[in-house]
Amino acid sequence: MKICVLVKEVPDAAVEKRINPQTGRLDRSGEKNLNPYDTHAIEAAMQIKEGGAVQVDEIVAVTMGPESATRALHKAVSLGADRSIQLTDDALAGSDVQATGYALATVLQKESPDLVLLGQQSDDGECYTIGAIVADHLQMPSLTQVIKMDVNDSALRCERQAEYGYDTVEIDLPAVISVGDAINEPRYPSLKAIMGAKKKPLEKMGSGDAGIDGSRVGADGSMVQCGNFKAPPSKSAGEIIEDEDTNETVERIVAWLDERKLI
Amino acid sequence: MPGILTFALHYEGAFNKNSLGAVTEASKLARELGTEAHAVVVGENVPDELASQLGAYGASKVFRVQAPEGLAQPVVDAMAKVMTDNGHDYALFGGGLLGFEIGAGLAARLNAGVTMEVTAVDVEDGRLVAQRPILGDSAISESRYRGKGIIIGRLNAFEMQQSADAGSSATVEDVQVELSPWSTKARMVTRGEQRGADVDIEGADILIAGGRGLGKAEGFETLEQLAASFGGNSAVAATRAVVDAGWYPYAAQIGQTGKTVAPKLYLAAGISGAIQHKVGMQASENIVAINKDSNAPIFEFSDLGVVGDLNKIVPKLIDAVKAKKGG
Ligand SMILES: Cc1cc2nc3c(=O)[nH]c(=O)nc-3n(C[C@H](O)[C@H](O)[C@H](O)COP(=O)(O)OP(=O)(O)OC[C@H]3O[C@@H](n4cnc5c(N)ncnc54)[C@H](O)[C@@H]3O)c2cc1C
Ligand SMILES: Cc1cc2nc3c(=O)[nH]c(=O)nc-3n(C[C@H](O)[C@H](O)[C@H](O)COP(=O)(O)OP(=O)(O)OC[C@H]3O[C@@H](n4cnc5c(N)ncnc54)[C@H](O)[C@@H]3O)c2cc1C
Repeated sequence: MKICVLVKEVPDAAVEKRINPQTGRLDRSGEKNLNPYDTHAIEAAMQIKEGGAVQVDEIVAVTMGPESATRALHKAVSLGADRSIQLTDDALAGSDVQATGYALATVLQKESPDLVLLGQQSDDGECYTIGAIVADHLQMPSLTQVIKMDVNDSALRCERQAEYGYDTVEIDLPAVISVGDAINEPRYPSLKAIMGAKKKPLEKMGSGDAGIDGSRVGADGSMVQCGNFKAPPSKSAGEIIEDEDTNETVERIVAWLDERKLI
Repeated sequence: MPGILTFALHYEGAFNKNSLGAVTEASKLARELGTEAHAVVVGENVPDELASQLGAYGASKVFRVQAPEGLAQPVVDAMAKVMTDNGHDYALFGGGLLGFEIGAGLAARLNAGVTMEVTAVDVEDGRLVAQRPILGDSAISESRYRGKGIIIGRLNAFEMQQSADAGSSATVEDVQVELSPWSTKARMVTRGEQRGADVDIEGADILIAGGRGLGKAEGFETLEQLAASFGGNSAVAATRAVVDAGWYPYAAQIGQTGKTVAPKLYLAAGISGAIQHKVGMQASENIVAINKDSNAPIFEFSDLGVVGDLNKIVPKLIDAVKAKKGG
């Protein structure tokens, strides 16, 4: 079985995310990292590989992103991927989710994976939708927000929470699955794995190499235009208590509640 | 004729509130655009009485499709066919989970633009413009569509409302849809399983909610004591993270795939305040948060924020509330 894991480079959690007013796109200048939600997808792939129910021949990390995204791939490899692919091309910049999903699916098609895994969301765009888009382009069944996955050679048994409670769904392979963050506790990479990551094969390709139709990607190929950014209606900030002396803190909370007749 | 198509999710004989909200919103927007709002209902033998109810919320026509329930891809097939055959320009979904999956699949199938987490839709020069809060609700972006537009609402963004001619029922038209081969490769084994006890939190005036910051399932015992110290109409609620972990029953979950509540007091302990949680509780009258991280998003929408360790604060708070009540 071959598993492809989609991973993305995002601004580090400590960086305050903002839109660059010049470009109307996310300011990606600060510290960057592998999207934390994607580490759950890599871990899920590793657990299938180590679980023994099926034979996993290869785990391939795939990203679409600028030069710097190579580092996210190194991290993915240090967490267990065997090799990685980076789709990088200025023509892809500004792609909406549908264009991004189309481009990623075109790369995946060549790999003929049995299973494509993704994170539940990216920490920057938070669109939650790449999985379902990639699946439609690949003409594969798919499910998002999966928190339990049992695999055999031809199918998956997945559990996830939907509108009315927990659903259990059986899906034939090949399939596209986005995993929820409750599915596992991702491991930390070993020092050896971090050191070795740069030596694992990394293939870089432009959109032409991948066979992507240039008219369907980038800002011009995207069917939704996001812009006119504005501040949300301001809400008066709440009162803040820093807990230093807990007896006093609790006294203040009770007084606050009492004033509002909540006790 | 061009128009707006919505997906109406139903379960156990009733429509989803957020779907009814989407139908209401679509009918309002359709009137402004001078067109009509329609809905798609998918399922095994959906009765006329159910499907036609959507008329009361403003849908003039309901397309009924015989296909498996609860899975997104059959609905993508259905909506893609209906939109292509009838020329709808837009698809609109209420908040939840399936709408995200269906809307995304539809965007891929129709090469359409898609916006998710939408909180408001306006009409501008005869086109729809969707507003989406981004980057942890720190800004709002506007979406415009070059071709067809797919708009996926945030939970509770669109309020359901019966239209002025509320007696009207929609015409129901059966549509034969041939499912894509890949849409038949997922099978529902069990749906809507309720994990954990059947607790009732919707009527509570005081809700004490706990999240991953409790550290372990036993943390909820302390929160139950805190709820009890308030006496009367109080209960304990939870985030998806801890429900998925098996620490507390699903019936007590607040948020996008849980319940929506608006108690007099919502006291959140060890909850970060993710958007999917916020959408289920932001209408609470008073929000108090205890979190050790002063940058936690929940402080952006709390009335009283306490920065500190809940393990130190909550036990003392129980005693203090008891003392206050006794005194
Ligand atoms: C603030 C903001 C708002 C946006 N709003 C919209 C919008 O309303 N509509 C729209 O069409 N586009 C929007 N975009 C653009 C969109 O975020 C990009 O197209 C992005 O590449 C894909 O969306 P996501 O990362 O949010 O995906 P999600 O669906 O949240 O990501 C889920 C998973 O997909 C995988 N994945 C995502 N991107 C990549 C990638 N480049 N390479 C490999 N794997 C990947 C990862 O496994 C990730 O965990 C927005 C972008 C930003 C920054
Ligand atoms: C499609 C979808 C649907 C979803 N539906 C829902 C839903 O219905 N409901 C829901 O809740 N979520 C939902 N989520 C998940 C949501 O995005 C968050 O992951 C979740 O709400 C986080 O739960 P949490 O706050 O308990 O955990 P975390 O985000 O991990 O937050 C834990 C918090 O506890 C604090 N903390 C830790 N230790 C202490 C301590 N000792 N004292 C004080 N504070 C401490 C930390 O600082 C942190 O802020 C959904 C997500 C998706 C993608």
